[in-house]
Amino acid sequence: MPVNVMIPTPLRPFVGKKSVIELKAASVGEALRALTTEFGDLRKHLYTDEGKIRSFVNVYVNDEDIRYLEKENTPLKDGDTVSIVPSIAGGR
Amino acid sequence: MATPSASCRRLQAAGKVPAAETGSIMSSQAKVIEEPKLSRDEVLRYSRHLIMPEVGMDGQLKLKQARVLMIGAGGLGAPLGLYLAAAGVGRLGIVDFDVVDFTNLQRQVTFSTTDVGRPKSEAAKERLAAMNPAIEITTHETRLTSENALDLFKDYDIIVDGTDNFPTRYLVNDACVLLGKPNVYGSIFRFEGQVSIFGAPDGPCYRCLYPEPPPPGLVPSCAEGGVLGVLPGIVGSLQAVETIKLILGAGDPLIGRLLLFDALGMKFRELKLKKNPDCPLCGANRTITKLIDYEEFCGIRGEEAPAAVTTVPEITPRELKQRLDRGDDLFVLDVREPHEYQICNINGYLLPLGDLPRRVNELDSSREIVAHCRSGKRSADAAEFLRKAGFRKIWNLKGGILAWADEVDPSMPKY
Repeated sequence: MPVNVMIPTPLRPFVGKKSVIELKAASVGEALRALTTEFGDLRKHLYTDEGKIRSFVNVYVNDEDIRYLEKENTPLKDGDTVSIVPSIAGGR
Repeated sequence: MATPSASCRRLQAAGKVPAAETGSIMSSQAKVIEEPKLSRDEVLRYSRHLIMPEVGMDGQLKLKQARVLMIGAGGLGAPLGLYLAAAGVGRLGIVDFDVVDFTNLQRQVTFSTTDVGRPKSEAAKERLAAMNPAIEITTHETRLTSENALDLFKDYDIIVDGTDNFPTRYLVNDACVLLGKPNVYGSIFRFEGQVSIFGAPDGPCYRCLYPEPPPPGLVPSCAEGGVLGVLPGIVGSLQAVETIKLILGAGDPLIGRLLLFDALGMKFRELKLKKNPDCPLCGANRTITKLIDYEEFCGIRGEEAPAAVTTVPEITPRELKQRLDRGDDLFVLDVREPHEYQICNINGYLLPLGDLPRRVNELDSSREIVAHCRSGKRSADAAEFLRKAGFRKIWNLKGGILAWADEVDPSMPKY
């Protein structure tokens, strides 16, 4: 099912500077795996060495945080938007 | 239209409505020492607020009685301070220990070129006081720490986070939650911003959003990654709007919502932000009951240790210059990005750090290599990588091209 994955500014250098990537996936985990398979440099920014999503990176399906859905098993349907939202700290 | 004196009397009468009856977040904390009123000059100054029912005299008096503490007088603090002062927030506190430098002027619009070298809190106070002499501005020229945060925050109703680093963001969040004060949060990177309100009653906190900070080095700061000058102008202005709405008790505050702004795509998006029931700070079974060591929490002290035991030798810019002048066979490797090379370079071979693993075969391991970047951090990583890849004659230029500009070539631009 085609879904759009929104890439935040800090991670764009690792995905060929794209801001949106369209891919086919039935779950969030599948979408992120497809993404890190295509863009290997992205992996360490999304996952810990143990393969868990990093605690300073949140993933949303449309406007819902997957931590309160079914986490990486959250199903995706046609046209869903998956957003990767890492913490940023700049202010000066 | 009523005469000024008649409207003035009428508005003052309306201002006697106690704050507690009007639903503002301020109501429980504001201490009314004397009956609040606006002077004739203030009525004129704030007339565009007073004629709107959403603000009116009640709202303007709430603004006058409000006490807001700005953490940071930099990019976010600039529009925030200007708009809060202009709006008539009665007491503004500014926490900043930094001094104005030339690289600030691209976005920190409270400062003039003549302010370079002055403490930011002092320069900001002067500018804001010139704009609105009717408000009280207190400067706290100090670094916010676990030791002073609770004491600094206690005299204010709302805290606005405009800092630039993770330890201070967690510190501001924790202090706000412990004291029960709202934290108007804004943060920026390159072309992107985030805004929300943390620490409101029943609302989520920063730890609900991000339980832990990233390890050092994985997320670049504005100093490393750059920022569009206008971006803090927009995000800081959004923080000002939310602060004023909290004071007025008007509209829908950004509680439980994370606003994302992308200036390149010119898109605003909103994500739901839930209070985490397992949050160690604001959840039911909280484990954090006092301020902690935030440098340690963010792994910053842990990072310094391995950096100190690096095995790659350093060469100073002066030594490098002497050896180049002598005609030594040195290969200068510049591991910065191409757009940085355009700003200034010392004729090094450009090979960005991120490309090094797959382009390492372009380098000759039999030659003596001096790696450099802007300030020496990336080239230390590059040198370490090359050492592990079997390169034996590798140096790191101490202090990077910035040190070269200081010690060898003063005509070289610094960035």
